[in-house]
Amino acid sequence: MRLSSGKVAHALGLAAVIAFSLFPFYWMVAASFKTQTDLLASPPLWLFTPTLQNYQDIFADSKVIGAVGNSLIVATSTTLLAVLLGAPAAFALARYEFRGKGDLWFWFISNRMISPIVLALPVYMLALQMRILDTHLVLVLIYLTFTLPIVVWICTDQFKSIPPELEQAARLDGASQFTIFRKIYLPLGAPGIAVSAIFSFIFSWNELLYALVLTRRTVQTAPVVATSFMSGYELPWGKIMATGTVIVLPVTIFALIVSRHMVRGLTMGATK
Amino acid sequence: MPQTTATPNRGYGRWTPFWFLAPSVAMLFLIGIYPLLFALVTSFRRYNLTRPREGFPFVGFDNYAAVLTDSTFWSSLLLTAKFYVTVLPIQIVLGMGIALLLHKPGLGLLKSLARVTLVVPLATTYAVVGLIGRLVFNRDFGVANQALDLLGIGAFDWLGSPAGAFAAIVILDVWQWTPFCALIFLAGLSMVPGEIEEAARLETSSKLALLRYVQLPYLMPGLTAVMILRSADVLKLFDMVFVMTRGGPGSATDLVSIYIQRVGFRIFDLGTASAQAILLLILTIVISRLYIRVLYREVN
Repeated sequence: MRLSSGKVAHALGLAAVIAFSLFPFYWMVAASFKTQTDLLASPPLWLFTPTLQNYQDIFADSKVIGAVGNSLIVATSTTLLAVLLGAPAAFALARYEFRGKGDLWFWFISNRMISPIVLALPVYMLALQMRILDTHLVLVLIYLTFTLPIVVWICTDQFKSIPPELEQAARLDGASQFTIFRKIYLPLGAPGIAVSAIFSFIFSWNELLYALVLTRRTVQTAPVVATSFMSGYELPWGKIMATGTVIVLPVTIFALIVSRHMVRGLTMGATK
Repeated sequence: MPQTTATPNRGYGRWTPFWFLAPSVAMLFLIGIYPLLFALVTSFRRYNLTRPREGFPFVGFDNYAAVLTDSTFWSSLLLTAKFYVTVLPIQIVLGMGIALLLHKPGLGLLKSLARVTLVVPLATTYAVVGLIGRLVFNRDFGVANQALDLLGIGAFDWLGSPAGAFAAIVILDVWQWTPFCALIFLAGLSMVPGEIEEAARLETSSKLALLRYVQLPYLMPGLTAVMILRSADVLKLFDMVFVMTRGGPGSATDLVSIYIQRVGFRIFDLGTASAQAILLLILTIVISRLYIRVLYREVN
C-alpha cells in the first residue's frame, strides 16, 4: 500500500477533527490534575507534574458529594418516570389508529422546542405557592417536560418495527392488550427503551437553568455547585475543573454507548 | 386474566388507546400546559416579588406595552439573531467538511475514531463548557491567548471586552454544535445510493460537481433540520453563556434567555418577565410549527 498525498491529507484532516472534538475536554481533565501554581502559570503549561490534590479536595467536600448525589437522584427518578409513563403512550401511538393521533404526536414532539426560561418562570411561582421549591420532586417533574417526549419518540419508533404478526398470534390466544404490551412489546422493544432512558438521563444530568432557579441549598445539583465555585476573589481552578470532570465523565461514557443514535436523539428523528 | 371487550376487526376496544395514553398526557398537561397558562395570566398582572404589599393586580396589556417598547428586550432579540447568523454558516461549512472527510472511502479505523469523538462535545454538560471557557479564554493564563501569541498576535482580553466575549461564546457554540451538523450531513451523504455515487465519481473528477449535483439533493433535508433546530436551540441558549459571561461585559452577550432570566430572577419583576416569556413562546411555536410542517410531512 503506497501513501498518496491525498491519503495523507485525509488522515491529517481526520486527526484535526479528533483534536478539535477532544481539546476542550482534554484541557479540562489536564487542568484538574494541576496545582494552583501551575494553573496560574502564564503562558499555560502543557507539561506538568500531575497531582491528585484537587480530587482529594472535592471528594472531601460534602457540598460536591451531596450535589452529585442530588443529580443522580433527580436524573434517575425522572428517567424511570419518563419510561413508566412514556412507554405505554409510545405503544398506543405505534399500534392504534384514533382521531387526533397526529396532533397528539406533534404536541409531544414540540415540547423539545420550548425554551426552559418560558417554563421556569411560572413553575417557580407555582412551586413557591405550593412550597415545593428546593425539593427533588419539583426538578423531577419539570425534567419530564423534555425526558417524556424523548422516550415517547424513540419508543414509538422502536415499537413500530416489531412485526404485527406476533401480536395477532397472541391475540388469538386470548391475550389482553395490556398483556401484549407487557409480554411482547416491552421485551422486544427493550433496546429502544434503553437508548431513550440513556438520553433522558444525559439531558437531565446536564441541565442547569431549572436547577439554578428552582433549588436553594438542599437539592442543588452538580452543575449548580460547579457554577457556584465561580465567585470570590481567587477562583479555585483545580477544584472547579475536577468537579467539571466528575460531572462530564459519566455522561460522556453514556453518550459513547449510544453514539450511533446521537443524531436521532437530538433531532427527534427528523433525519433518518 | 381479565379480557378486554374487543371488537373483532381491530382486536381492541374503543377506549384502549386512551388508557395507554392518559397517564403521560395528564402529566404533560400538568407540567407543560398548566404552567404556561399560569404564565399567560401572570403576564396581565403587576407581579413584583420585591413589592408584595402592592398585591398582584390585573393591569391589562401594560406589561406587553412595556416589553414591546423596551429597547433592551429588542436588542437582546437582535443579539440572539446576530448570534444565530454568525454561528450557523460556520457550523454548516465546518460540519459539511467533517462529514465529507468521514464519508470519503478508506482509513476505516481513523474514521470510526473521529466519528465517535464527535459525540464528546455534544454530551458535555453545557454549564461545564462555560467553566472551561472561563479558563481557556482567561486573559493572563488562558490557552487561547497562548495560541494567539504563537501566531504573533498579542494578548487579547476575551471576556473583558464586548467583541472578545461575543467571539468566545461563538467559538464555544461552534465547538459544541458543529459535530451535530457533521453527523446529520454524514447521515445524508450515506443515503446517496452507492452505484450512483460510483458512476458519478467515474464521470467527473471534480469534487465540487459531485457535491453539487449528486450529494446535495440528499443533504437538503438535513440542512433544513439544522437551520430550524439550531434557531430553536439559540433561543434556548442559556447555560454556557450564563456561566461564562452572565450576559456581559455590558450587554455584549445578553441573549434573550439571559435577559428574561435577569428580569424574572434578579429584578423579580415576574409580570414583565412572563410577558417576555409568552412572546418568546409565540416565536418558538412558530418555529416548531415550521419544523413539523417541513420535516414530518411524510408522517401524517
